[in-house]
Amino acid sequence: MGARYSFGGDEHLFVEVDEEMSLGAFFKSMSMTNGVKEAGLKGITEICPANASFQIKFDPDVIQPDAVMAAVKEIEKDATAADPVLETRLIEVPVYYNDPWTHETLMRFRERHQDPNGTDLEYAARINGYDSVEAFIKAHSSAPWFVSMVGFVSGLPFMYQMVDRARQIQVPKYLRPRTDTPKQTVGYGGCFSCIYSVRGAGGYQMFGITPLTIFDPKQDAPYLKDFMVFFRPGDIVRFKPIDRAEYDATLADVEAGRYMPKIRDVRFDLTEFEADIDGYNAKLEGLLNDA
Amino acid sequence: MTLKVHHPGLATTIQDMGRPGYFHLGIPIGGAMDRVALRTANLLVGNDEGAAGLEAVFIGPKLEFTADTTIAVTGASMPVMIDDTEVPGWEAVPVRKGQVLSFGYLTAGARIYIAFAGGIDVPVALDSRSTYPIGALGGIEGRAIAAGDLLPLGGAQGSPAGKAVPANLRRMPGSPAELRVLPGLYWHRITEQAGKNFFDDEWKVAPEADRMGYRFRGGRPVEFVEREQPFGAGSDPSNIVDSCYPYGSIQVPGGTEPIVLHRDAVSGGGYFMLGTVVSADMDLIGQLQPHMPARFVKVDMAGALQARADRRALMNQIRALLD
Repeated sequence: MGARYSFGGDEHLFVEVDEEMSLGAFFKSMSMTNGVKEAGLKGITEICPANASFQIKFDPDVIQPDAVMAAVKEIEKDATAADPVLETRLIEVPVYYNDPWTHETLMRFRERHQDPNGTDLEYAARINGYDSVEAFIKAHSSAPWFVSMVGFVSGLPFMYQMVDRARQIQVPKYLRPRTDTPKQTVGYGGCFSCIYSVRGAGGYQMFGITPLTIFDPKQDAPYLKDFMVFFRPGDIVRFKPIDRAEYDATLADVEAGRYMPKIRDVRFDLTEFEADIDGYNAKLEGLLNDA
Repeated sequence: MTLKVHHPGLATTIQDMGRPGYFHLGIPIGGAMDRVALRTANLLVGNDEGAAGLEAVFIGPKLEFTADTTIAVTGASMPVMIDDTEVPGWEAVPVRKGQVLSFGYLTAGARIYIAFAGGIDVPVALDSRSTYPIGALGGIEGRAIAAGDLLPLGGAQGSPAGKAVPANLRRMPGSPAELRVLPGLYWHRITEQAGKNFFDDEWKVAPEADRMGYRFRGGRPVEFVEREQPFGAGSDPSNIVDSCYPYGSIQVPGGTEPIVLHRDAVSGGGYFMLGTVVSADMDLIGQLQPHMPARFVKVDMAGALQARADRRALMNQIRALLD
């Protein structure tokens, strides 16, 4: 199926690869945005991949809107034919699930939640058919995630889990958004997990917290030396459940500027992945744990 | 030299033309909401158009000069005072060391722009001095100015006093404000009647109107074309699989109140958008106050590009005048 093209005013081309979320749509969107980057068209000023769509900003004083659209449609033909392969990073992100800080916050905003008598984790576990919070956390942390979009505010990653449709976790957002979310909360809304990069308003369910700083204009952490935003679209993320003691120790290391998360270079092949999802994820797991 | 902040005003921020290039990481373009006004203020004092100045909304700041310089105030109509004497807006005004700049009550528009010869010389963050408080970027420690701050100015002589921009070159919104919109993005999600209503109805600026976005109310709610929601989109008919939000795009969460996203908006999210305000009219939104009436006017791409050309012609007239 071809992508849908539309203009966002006189400065943006919007391309919806698919109405619904899927790894295939994300992948095609990635290869199209990479194609646009490589084409180096004059007058294109920003390329912003999203989950199953992307946006291109252009200067219509340099390139006509119709010319941008025509060029991207050509790139779509190549992207459809290309091997769905991505050179990217595999990153381990420690998460303290069911932590006291998101718990305190979710209790403060209980009247805005679908289930005022439980916690976000209990609610998400129940509506997704898990018989315990532990089983739910296992599902959330045992298969990796694609960073399918970086945005909303300041380097917040949207992540889509690398499992088949039947095993995708889905939860609604809060009935009314909270006015507060702890920094580095691991959240969930629709079929996406996210990590809040800064403290602030939010509507996603809250499952835990990571000690990793993922956005810092001061760039103190060694893994933020290149840029103040940690995540990039296309990164593969694996959550590692940690307890309070490990959280405290990791946080102290992060704050002292001596923590480096596990990061591996990886070549991801969508065709091989789809042929054996669990086997492929196990290989990624192995790669992460190689010294 | 520096500026001493006696009173900051309501939400006065250091702004330039913003930081394009980081939108794909969730960092908005930022920069002045009324860019023609800031460019003009800079030209009046002999700066580069993109130099950093102050953007003050509804209430002006009170500032003391520690050296002689030249200033200009553009944008909204608000009496400009040097010590106890009113001086004209849209004009280069010389000021002396020890004098104090303050403002009277706002009479029209929403945002004033104050340029100082040499520009405000705070450190550049991601190619810009624009303040983005959510990300703690730019400005003074990434925040609005506060009493007691010392704002550093770049060194410059400033242009000779007396340069001015006549009223016919000061573009401000009418009443109702007319905002031209190119329908698109997820326009197909709403019914034909809802699309017609959107352009027929008169709207009013809601109190929730800031650098992130302007909310409008008073028009009829939007009706959606029925569909089974796509996987990952969320259950409300106004939801989509999270996508990028163009600058100027109009989302209608829950189908009730349209929000036009502005310079500091979130870069993406899960609400459908019915179209985009043309780039030429975004300056006007920056000059709207809550409760002001507004209409959305449908244009096609040719109309959007014509609006762009007209805005550029206006800017060129101002440049020619002040050159």
